[in-house]
Amino acid sequence: MAIKICPEPFDPWQEIQSYQGLAKDMVGKFGATSIFIGTMRDFNEGDDVNGMTLEHYPGMTEKQLEKIVAEAIRQWPVIDALVVHRVGDILPNDPIVLVAVWTSHRGDAFDASRFIMEELKSRAPFWKKELLKSQAERWLVKNTDGYL
Amino acid sequence: MSIKVRYFASLKENIGRSEDNLESTGLSTVGDVWRCANPNKTLPDNTLAAVNMEYVELNSAVKDGDEVAFFPPVTGG
Repeated sequence: MAIKICPEPFDPWQEIQSYQGLAKDMVGKFGATSIFIGTMRDFNEGDDVNGMTLEHYPGMTEKQLEKIVAEAIRQWPVIDALVVHRVGDILPNDPIVLVAVWTSHRGDAFDASRFIMEELKSRAPFWKKELLKSQAERWLVKNTDGYL
Repeated sequence: MSIKVRYFASLKENIGRSEDNLESTGLSTVGDVWRCANPNKTLPDNTLAAVNMEYVELNSAVKDGDEVAFFPPVTGG
């Protein structure tokens, strides 16, 4: 299991390849890999968005993400999991978050990755502030429920 | 009693500082910490609180050396 907070842009595909390449004990064990990548849009709530700043609470963010992944491992037979999240100044089309889960069977991979992503959205202390095309700044007020 | 108080995101901008270091007696709960650090400001609705990086309720107890944090609903992912 790995949690990474990235102050610089990251390539999610490279992160998956690197992590899986180093996890030699997974070889031959997993039959399913579920991957979620969240990417910044250039629009939100009817406005054009030029960029975003992502603030976090160093220490608590990692602690909460570790708890969320540990909860997923208790609920599903997860072989391994990787969570990567950007902080700092972000531009449209930049990846924001990567959740990758390796399991024996697809159902567990889908369910565990969905759980990690939804819990991250409601519990991990990150905050987005948008810079609109109009040059106004706007804090996002809350995340929507991904199950609705 | 010594308590470090931290603020994040819009709440930090709203009150104009990122942290306080309280040296005070009579602090029993997280709510007491807010009132001591911000005597003229009501805690905004929906504010979340943490003690030592774990989520807590406002009536949770605090002790000497704790780090107490206040912040708005999270919006990551």
